[in-house]
Amino acid sequence: MPSENVLGLSRNDYKGRKSTLCPGCGHDSISNQIISMAFDLGLEQHNLLKMSGIGCSSKTPAYFLGRSHGFNALHGRMPSVVTGALMANRELKAVAVSGDGDTGSIGMGQFKHVIRRNIPFVYIIENNGVYGLTKGQFSATADEGQELKYYGRNDLPAIDLALEAIIAGATFVARSFSGDAKQVQSLLQAAIRHKGIAVIDIISPCVTFNNSELSTKSYPYGKENEIPLHEIQVVAPDYVEAKEEITIGDYDAGEIIDVDMHDGTLVRLKKLGRDHDPRNRLQALTVLEEAQREELFLTGLIYYEEPRPTLAEAENLVPTGLVKLPAEALRPSADQLADVMASFR
Amino acid sequence: MQAPTNFQTQSPGDVIINDFAFSVATANGSGSQTSNNVLVQTLFNMGIPVNGKNLFPSNIKGLPTWYTIRASKDGYTARRATTEIVVAYNSATVVEDVHDLPSGGVCIIRDDIQRMAPQRDDIVTYVVPIKDLMNQADVPSAFSKRVENMTYVGAVAQLFDIPLDMIYTSLLKNFNGKAKPAEMNFAVIQLAYDYFKENVEKVDPYRFEKMNGTAGKILITGNEAGALGAIFGGVQVVSWYPITPSTSLVDGIITYKHLRNDKETGQSTVAVIQAEDELAAAGMIIGAGFAGARSMTATSGPGISLMAEFAGLAHYAEIPCVFWDITRMGPSTGMPTRTSQGDILFTYYLGHGDSHQFCLMPGSPEEAFEFGWRAFDLAEQLQAPIFVLSDLDLGMNNWMAEPFTYPDEPVKRGKVLNAEQLQQFIGEHGSWGRYLDVDGDGVGYRTIPGTDHPMAAYFARGTGHDEYAVYSERSDTWLKNMARLKHKHYHTGRQMLPQPIIDYDESKSIGIITFGTNEPAIVEARDLLAAQGIETNYLRVRSLPLAESVLEFIKAHDRVYVIENNFDGQLHQIMKVEFAEQIANTKSLSLGDGLPMAARWIIDSILEYEG
Repeated sequence: MPSENVLGLSRNDYKGRKSTLCPGCGHDSISNQIISMAFDLGLEQHNLLKMSGIGCSSKTPAYFLGRSHGFNALHGRMPSVVTGALMANRELKAVAVSGDGDTGSIGMGQFKHVIRRNIPFVYIIENNGVYGLTKGQFSATADEGQELKYYGRNDLPAIDLALEAIIAGATFVARSFSGDAKQVQSLLQAAIRHKGIAVIDIISPCVTFNNSELSTKSYPYGKENEIPLHEIQVVAPDYVEAKEEITIGDYDAGEIIDVDMHDGTLVRLKKLGRDHDPRNRLQALTVLEEAQREELFLTGLIYYEEPRPTLAEAENLVPTGLVKLPAEALRPSADQLADVMASFR
Repeated sequence: MQAPTNFQTQSPGDVIINDFAFSVATANGSGSQTSNNVLVQTLFNMGIPVNGKNLFPSNIKGLPTWYTIRASKDGYTARRATTEIVVAYNSATVVEDVHDLPSGGVCIIRDDIQRMAPQRDDIVTYVVPIKDLMNQADVPSAFSKRVENMTYVGAVAQLFDIPLDMIYTSLLKNFNGKAKPAEMNFAVIQLAYDYFKENVEKVDPYRFEKMNGTAGKILITGNEAGALGAIFGGVQVVSWYPITPSTSLVDGIITYKHLRNDKETGQSTVAVIQAEDELAAAGMIIGAGFAGARSMTATSGPGISLMAEFAGLAHYAEIPCVFWDITRMGPSTGMPTRTSQGDILFTYYLGHGDSHQFCLMPGSPEEAFEFGWRAFDLAEQLQAPIFVLSDLDLGMNNWMAEPFTYPDEPVKRGKVLNAEQLQQFIGEHGSWGRYLDVDGDGVGYRTIPGTDHPMAAYFARGTGHDEYAVYSERSDTWLKNMARLKHKHYHTGRQMLPQPIIDYDESKSIGIITFGTNEPAIVEARDLLAAQGIETNYLRVRSLPLAESVLEFIKAHDRVYVIENNFDGQLHQIMKVEFAEQIANTKSLSLGDGLPMAARWIIDSILEYEG
C-alpha cells in the first residue's frame, strides 16, 4: 500500500481525534474504513463534510477526517442539516453517520424525506439494535423476541432500514457488517461516487449492551451468518490507481455484473451463492423480505439504479455552490426594486 | 324612488368625508376577499389614506369573516374600535353585526337576510336585492356565487361616491390584468351601482372624495415586504413548513426569487425547500448557515416551538440563520388566524438551558423590508440566529407604506476567513480556534466548508466545547464560553441591533413604550390624549435585548405605560428581568384579544390612571 496518495497525503492525515467509544466497538472499524476510503481515493478533505446526529455512532465523525468540517447535529435530525449544507454548496461531498435509534426511531421522518429529496451524500447507519448512550434500551431495529438484561423481551418487529430506504426511493442501498472491512471499503468507494443518496446499513455490534449470540446485530452472529450477495470491486481506472482484487471468503465466483457509476467508474459485482441482480427493485425488496423472515444476514449492494435528479437539479440551481456567489449576485438592482414598488401602487 | 327603511334625514352640515370605517361581514370562502381588496385598492388610488384588516376564521369555507376598511383623511391606519357602516351579508352574524352599529350608523344588507336583522330606528338601512340583481347579471351559473359579493361593491361605490372607472382599474389589477374575469365581476358591480342610483335615496352623511393622501405611497402586506427584504438581502436557502400566518411570506419569496436568477442561464440562486415539518425546516437553514449561505425560515408559534431544540443548537454552535415568527394567538393552536404579540417571551429565550436569542420587531412594512435584508447581515456579523417577530396584523393585512428604500449598506458577511486570511490569522495569533475571541466582542472568526487550508476545519456541535470547538465538559471552559456568549448578547448585539424609535421632549412626564404593530394605534391615541391635555413621550422597541436607551427613557419619566398586544405583558416582563428594580414607575397595559389594537382602548386605559 502506498504511503502517500495522489494528493501527497499520508493515511494519518485523514485521521481524526482518538476514539472514546468502548474498546472493540464496531463503529471504530467503520471509521477506519472511511479514513481508508478517503485516503485511497485521494479525496480533498476541505471539500468533504462529515455529519451526524446524536448517539454513539454520531460521535464518530470526530474520529476521522480531521481536516474536514464536521457537524454533530441533533438526535435524528442530521438529514435536514445535510440537506441545508448541500443546498448551500452543492460542490461539497458529505459522509454522514447515524445510528439505528437516530435513524430508525426519532429520525425516521427525516430519513425518509432526505431520500425522497435525493440529497447526494453517503448515509451510513451504524446499526447495533440498541441504544448505547442511554445504556441499553431496544432500538427499532432490535430483533423481535430478543431478550436484554434490564429491558426484558422485545415483542415488536424489527424495522429493516435497507428495505425502508428502497421504498423511500433510494437509488443506492447496501448492507454490510463492520467486521467485513473489505466489503465496507468497497461499498464506501462506490457510495461516495454515487450521484444520489447512498444508504449503507452496516451492522456494527455493540460490545457492551448487545453482543449476545442471539442477536442478529452481534459480532458472533454477523461473523457466522454473513451471506454476501456479491464480491464487490470498484473499477476506476481514470480516477484512482489500480487496486488489488478484492475477495471475500471462499465463495464461488459466478457471473459478473458491471454497474455504471455517474463518474464513469464501475462497480463490478461477482455473483456468489444467491442469484441477485441489484438493478431489479422488486428482487431487491424480495431478498430483503425473505432474509427478514428467514433471519438471514445478506450483505452487499442490494439495490442500485441510475440516479434520479438531485434536489439541487430539481430546483434548477446554478451549478456553482451558492456560497461561492459574489456579493453583487446577492442583491438585485435599485431599478428592480423600483419596478417592484411600482407594481404595489 | 324607494326610500330606505329607518332613514333619518341628514342636514348638509352632517357630511363626513374620508373619515369613517366600515365592516364587511361575509362567510369565509365566499369570494369576499376579492371584493374587499378592490375596495381598498380603489380608495388608495383615490388618494385616501386607508387600511384594510381581514378578521377571518381558521376555516376554508363557511364560518363568519369580517373585513374592516378604515379611511382616514388624517392618515391614521389603526383599526377603529367602532365602525360606522356595516355590510351585512352573512346570516350567521347579521344580528350582532347590526346590533353593534353605533347610533347614526349605516347598514347595507342583502334582502334575503334582512328579516333576521334587529329593527333599529337609529340607523340607516340600505337593502341590496341580491337575487334580482344576480338574475339580471349575465354570469355563467358556475360563477354566480363567486361574484355575488360584487353587489355590495356596486352599492358602496354608488352610496359613497367611488368612481366606477377606478373600481374597474382595481379589478383588473386584482386579476393580474386578465380582462375576462374583471369584466364579469364589473358587470355585477355596475348592476348594483345602477340599481342604487335609480332606486335608493342616500340619506347618510358619509362620502368618499378624492384627495392627495397616498401620493407616492404603496399598498402592501408585511409578509410581502419581508419577502422582498429577504430577496434584496441575499437569501440563498429558504426552508419552511406551511403555517398561517407566515405562509404568504414564503409565497412572496417564491414570487420574487426570479429577481435573483443567473442573468445568463436563468438558473436559480435561491433554493426554496418545503420541509416535512418545522424541525426539518430549522435543520435545513442551520445546515445552510453552517455551510456559509444566507438562510431563513418563516413560521408561527406552533412551528417556533418545534424549532426550539434547533434554536438552542444554532445559538450555542453560533450558526447564522434567520427565523421569521409571524405571531398568532396561542396558547397551543389558540386562535390560528387572529393576531397577537404573544411569542415574545418564548422566542427570546428559545432553546434549553441559558439560551437567549436576538429578536427584531418590525412595526411597519417599511421595517419588515429593512429588517428582512438587515437580518442576514446581523446573523452573519453576530454569528447567531436572528428572530424577526412580526405578527398576523402586519403580515397579512394591506398597509399603506412609503416605497422601500434600497439597502444603503453593502452586504456584510461578518468574520469569515478564507484560506489566505486564515493563514494570516494564524501568523498573527499563533493558532486559529473557531470560538477564540481575539477582538473582545464575543464573536470568533469562522471558516466555511470548502476553505482550502489544512487548518480550516472545525467541528460544530451542541455539546460543550472549548475555543477550538473541541468537546469539553470542563466547568471552567463552560463558564468562559457562556460569559463570552452573554457578552456577545448584551454588549455587541445590543449596540448592533436596530435601536428604538424615540419621540422625547423633556417637558413631558408621561411615557409610552411599545413594539411592533401597535404603533398606528398609539400614534392616534397620543394625538387624542394630547387634545385632552395629556401629553406623552414615546419609545418603540425594535429589538431584543433591550437597548440601554429604553432604561434611560423609563428613568426620565414619572410614569411609563408599556403597551402590548398579549395578555401577560411579556415585554414588560423582559424589562423586569433586564432592568430589575429600576422600573417601578412602569405600568403594563396589555390586551391580547386577537384583534389589532385600536386607539380607543389605549386612551381609555391611560385615562383610567391619568384621568
